[in-house]
Amino acid sequence: MWAGVAQAALLVVALAVVYRPFGDHMARVYQRTEHSAVERAIYQVVRVDPGTEQKWSTYALGVVGFSAVGVGFLYLLQRVQSWLPFDFGRGNVEPGTAFNTAISFVTNTNWQSYVPENTMGHSVQLVGLTVQNFVSAAVGLAVAMALVRGFVRVKTDRLGNFWVDLTRGTLRILLPVAFAFALVLLVTGVTMSFKSGVAVDGQTVAQAPTASQEAIKELGTNGGGVFNANSAHPFENPNAWSNLVELFLILVIPVSLTRTFGTMVGERRQGYVLLGVMGTLWTAVLALIWAAEASGVRPLEGKELRFGVAGSALFANTTTATSTGAVNSAHDSFSGLGGGGALLNMLFGEMTPGGVGTGLYSILVMAVIAMFLAGLMVGRTPEYLGKKLGRREVTAAALSILAMPTVLLVGAGIAAVLPSTPGALGNDGAHGLSEILYAYASASNNNGSAFAGLTATGDWFQASLGVCMALGRFVPIIAVLALAGSLAAQRRAPVTAGTLPTTGPLFAGLLGGAVVLVAALTFVPALALGPIAEAML
Amino acid sequence: MTRVSTLVKQALAGLRLLLVLTVVTGVLYPAGVWAVSRLPGLHDNAEAVNTTLVGVAREGDGWFHLRPSAATLPASGGSNKSQVNPDYDRVVADRRTEVARREGVAEDRVPQDAVTASASGLDPHISPAYADLQVPRVARERGLSERWVRKLVAEHTSRRGLGFVGEVTVNVTALNRALTDGG
Amino acid sequence: MSTTVETPPAAADAPARQVSAGVFSPGQLLESFPDALRKFHPRHQVRNPVMFVVWVGSLLVTAFAVGDPSTFTVTVAVWLWFTVLFANLAEAVAEGRGKAQADSLRRTKQDAVARRLRADGTEERVPGTELRVGDRVVVEAGEVVPGDGDVVEGIASVDESAITGESAPVVREAGGDRCAVTGGTTVLSDRVVVRISTKPGESFVDRMIALVEGAQRQKTPNEIALTILLSTLTVIFLLAVVALQPFAIFSGGEQSVLVLTALLVCLIPTTIGALLSAIGIAGMDRLVQRNVLATSGKAVEAAGDIDTLLLDKTGTITFGNRRATDFHPVDGADLAELAAAARLSSLADGTPEGRSVIDLCVERHGLPAEASEHEKTGEFVPFTAQTRMSGIDLDGRAVRKGAASGFALSAEASAIVDDIGNEGGTPLVVADGDRVLGVIRMSDVVKPGMAARFAELRAMGIRTVMVTGDNPLTARAIAAEAGVDDFLAEAKPEDKLALIRAEQEGGRLVAMTGDGTNDAPALARADVGVAMNTGTSAAKEAGNMVDLDSDPTKLIEVVEIGKQLLITRGALTTFSVANDLAKYFAILPAMFAAIYPQLGGLNVMRLATPESAILSAVVFNALIIVVLIPLALRGVRYRPSGASALLRRNLLVYGVGGIATPFLGIWLVDLLVRLIPGIG
Repeated sequence: MWAGVAQAALLVVALAVVYRPFGDHMARVYQRTEHSAVERAIYQVVRVDPGTEQKWSTYALGVVGFSAVGVGFLYLLQRVQSWLPFDFGRGNVEPGTAFNTAISFVTNTNWQSYVPENTMGHSVQLVGLTVQNFVSAAVGLAVAMALVRGFVRVKTDRLGNFWVDLTRGTLRILLPVAFAFALVLLVTGVTMSFKSGVAVDGQTVAQAPTASQEAIKELGTNGGGVFNANSAHPFENPNAWSNLVELFLILVIPVSLTRTFGTMVGERRQGYVLLGVMGTLWTAVLALIWAAEASGVRPLEGKELRFGVAGSALFANTTTATSTGAVNSAHDSFSGLGGGGALLNMLFGEMTPGGVGTGLYSILVMAVIAMFLAGLMVGRTPEYLGKKLGRREVTAAALSILAMPTVLLVGAGIAAVLPSTPGALGNDGAHGLSEILYAYASASNNNGSAFAGLTATGDWFQASLGVCMALGRFVPIIAVLALAGSLAAQRRAPVTAGTLPTTGPLFAGLLGGAVVLVAALTFVPALALGPIAEAML
Repeated sequence: MTRVSTLVKQALAGLRLLLVLTVVTGVLYPAGVWAVSRLPGLHDNAEAVNTTLVGVAREGDGWFHLRPSAATLPASGGSNKSQVNPDYDRVVADRRTEVARREGVAEDRVPQDAVTASASGLDPHISPAYADLQVPRVARERGLSERWVRKLVAEHTSRRGLGFVGEVTVNVTALNRALTDGG
Repeated sequence: MSTTVETPPAAADAPARQVSAGVFSPGQLLESFPDALRKFHPRHQVRNPVMFVVWVGSLLVTAFAVGDPSTFTVTVAVWLWFTVLFANLAEAVAEGRGKAQADSLRRTKQDAVARRLRADGTEERVPGTELRVGDRVVVEAGEVVPGDGDVVEGIASVDESAITGESAPVVREAGGDRCAVTGGTTVLSDRVVVRISTKPGESFVDRMIALVEGAQRQKTPNEIALTILLSTLTVIFLLAVVALQPFAIFSGGEQSVLVLTALLVCLIPTTIGALLSAIGIAGMDRLVQRNVLATSGKAVEAAGDIDTLLLDKTGTITFGNRRATDFHPVDGADLAELAAAARLSSLADGTPEGRSVIDLCVERHGLPAEASEHEKTGEFVPFTAQTRMSGIDLDGRAVRKGAASGFALSAEASAIVDDIGNEGGTPLVVADGDRVLGVIRMSDVVKPGMAARFAELRAMGIRTVMVTGDNPLTARAIAAEAGVDDFLAEAKPEDKLALIRAEQEGGRLVAMTGDGTNDAPALARADVGVAMNTGTSAAKEAGNMVDLDSDPTKLIEVVEIGKQLLITRGALTTFSVANDLAKYFAILPAMFAAIYPQLGGLNVMRLATPESAILSAVVFNALIIVVLIPLALRGVRYRPSGASALLRRNLLVYGVGGIATPFLGIWLVDLLVRLIPGIG
């Protein structure tokens, strides 16, 4: 028990050490006006003018256009795999899988309906999947920065240049950190090989260029592993130290972004309070999962002994709270409440602390909704960070929040009554419903982890989960950019005694309450028939 | 109309940038990591030479047994069975009976890791309790003294890093190799 | 073309408009019942997304109950319709109160006959409805002013009680800031010529009627934003409930349409959805009760957002009428003699200034306040614009007080008069016959309690700026005494406008009051401009509110009403959403205990049966609307304080209270409902 607490504490200390310098570094990356020689060369090749800023709609079209191209490219790459090197005869990826996987990696979900060791060669892994692990994370960062600029800027219709934000996020944040930590992971024992497998005691175990993928998989809160068992595989996550390094990588950007946010809006405490809400909910659900797993019927089923219950609970909580979806244990084998806790993290809307960029913009959208209600309750036209929350702002925020439950419930609802579904489930009864709910929650929130007993290779699951991932990603992004646009167009209201402070415990309680309440009210009926029924047995 | 043409324009710019970033992050980045991994101290890790990170089952009573595996090699994977799955309850019960019979102990002495599958199916570790349970059988089959085998187990039992990082486990892959080296 | 109408000019017998108190009586529910029934029409329902869902749900459940009649199904159907009815009732009650006010206003709109002046100066009699902008009409004592306009000739006292409810007549005169007259008011004395400034049907009274009746009620910006949020919540719950059916089927326990609909209706924010428009109408109503008319609901909302309040010094911060604060005897007269003469001169003077002189005599010199029998025999000489003095003729003495210009002053007296003037006061000279006895200093006196009010405003985050024509020295002294945050001295109308601009540039919302024509640009520019009813037409046109009582301090109340309106909406929304938790605990175990018996453990209220649990939740959900109607009409309690304190209190009362109340309420309803055969 105490050893597990100490591990979590060590993780928190490590994050605290880098919080300020890394958060401020990210702020500088997006605020600076000069471009490096490499960047200038790239802009020249790509033929974009880095000096031109974009309106929210152009910015959004950039995101959508870039992602559409990404899906097309990744789909094609999988479909021609057999002509690429390092394919090891795994052949061209089936259309359904290729479609699902393309959307999955472009949307930063990394839901994997395939067994990588049998399906993906190293070329597609690197040239396709690793690339999207970088750029989909950079897209999330860019959108978050556009929203922050919406709060910061006054009376303008310009939110920045998407291509510049994308390039900077990739080159100045993700690439250097990923490279450095890929080497750290190598030292801890993570493999890096272009062979197809390695002989162990007379049998063959699949091999892969793991380290490079592993670093960005966690750093970009992607989660798509090169092995089926993901971070439970000893080659991806060989020991408790690599486990902590990976947890650190998952959390470092979402956590430090609150500092970036505080720095950019000119009041650091605005960021600290968001971090406080994120941290409190992260801790609460960790306690829930850990306690549930420690007292489970079969606590070690689906867990690696080197991580134990503590290391597995810590990872399960972190990966679901960050939209990462990497797993170091089989969530499907968790107890009702333990798996329910992981599911709950996703149902919060991925903001505790959420994915790279997505976590920040999601919690800011929730703050807009919470402050709208709070503003009414203090008798003023609601405002947040000096920007009024009127019809346009509430519409955009509502749309952003509405997208996830809509696609989740519609998708899961249909899946629950399809005649083919029971055959695809790994377990019956309440836990079977949990598997369905978990799959759609994971897809709709771009998490990517699974109750993997569900076989998602059927046409319905491949298609519907693909649609959920796409809508769950881009509807909120477009809404968030629209929100940023209408915020940036406003002037800033001055702070008076009538202004509700958004730096204190009252606001934190309000925001945390809103996150929990929205999730609870929306999903309690469904949860009652899944995890709650299971837990109350 | 203008929206569509803007979208096309943006998508084309996106395609160009995607290709550039593919070279940077999809080719140069992994190549760089791979190049570093060729350094002498890292090479064996990277290529998993004589790795003890994974465990694959060895048939026969002369070996320490791993946990049950749900993996289909060369791929990895777990059982994904829920804790309230009655069918799987029976599977686990059968395993417990089997281990108890094999080691000649009462069923309630069989530790949990002996009857549950890991997430990867490649978990090289077992608990000290399960190793302890297997010592008499392995010693008997190999004609070694239990004391020596216990010493070997102790040598392959990991401690927690800094006293709190990780769990106390026995690496069966390394232990079994030590058995053959020693024997 | 002129028409001669025989009807005599209407006498001033229109009943004085009674402002209804903001008290809610159960009788109003009954009176509004027919209106509430009319609102069942789908065309009306579709305007309110939340209640429309309930309406459709009620239809569905009714169809279900017809197909499968039982005590349970029929009772649920009936109570769903009650939910719609109660929402209709809330709106009808609020509208009914507005209508009552409109009716009393409408009585003032009589078919006044206008005596229109032709170009050659002769008169013609035309109906008031035929007047055009620019027409000049003559109104004499006893006649009703035929339309809104400005006095261009003459001076008259006018009874405006029909509009303002204030019985004391007011003076209206050509030129200056007191030239505006309102159609429907009655001239009591003299004769004036009025130039008509509005078209018939667009007069002030017409606008007022339309407004309080809610005919022109448009949703305000915050109301629209809130409706979007409520619609979003409704969609989420609709999804949650619709998706529940396949999950239930998967789990082996298909649910009936009735149960699902009941769950949906309980979850969507019906409480706030039902009361939302009533809150808006009631907010406007509260304003009207305080004799303030807003041209739009938007202005009322803006009032709640005010950051800076511009207040005219005179009449707002200080008593509009200066008060006697000192006696300065001159030319050898002694203080007692001066005080006695000042008292005599003011005995019959009913003006506030006159009374203040008496007050000073009583306070400082122990002189009697009331006139003796002997003193009552004296003859009062009233103030006229020509003499600019008033007083009393008694026992052959002519005691007078008045402006310095009316007296021949010695050097000493002149010096004192000048000093008082320089210090921001007003000198009044007192003389007995030709002998000047001394000077009364009339000064601005800050109204009692102003400092406390400004402190409240400061706590609310509102900065007060005093605007005065005084020199900076005087202004500073009064500003300090009154406790305002800032002042604008020697202010010209342009300065006011510039100040408003500057504040708005900084993102602040500004409110002000004004009455003069030269205030009009500032009134128009201000986010909330309250024109005094005594002011000019131009001022009233420019502002977005008119205060019928012409009481500038009322701006503070207007701000509070605006805030209270928003708070009521926010608080009831929070309450509505917080209620859902208990409803889940009531309904979910009732639905699913058959599939998973362990879920019966969620029935923490120990409700008797699944039927009684569902029915109790539905009944509670409907009844809470009725229970909250008075609160919606009255507005939640608002005590000026900082934002955090307000939020903490409202979260506690309506958030935590909203979670707890339904647990108790549903449990209580269940105790009754379980007695019904076939349910318990």
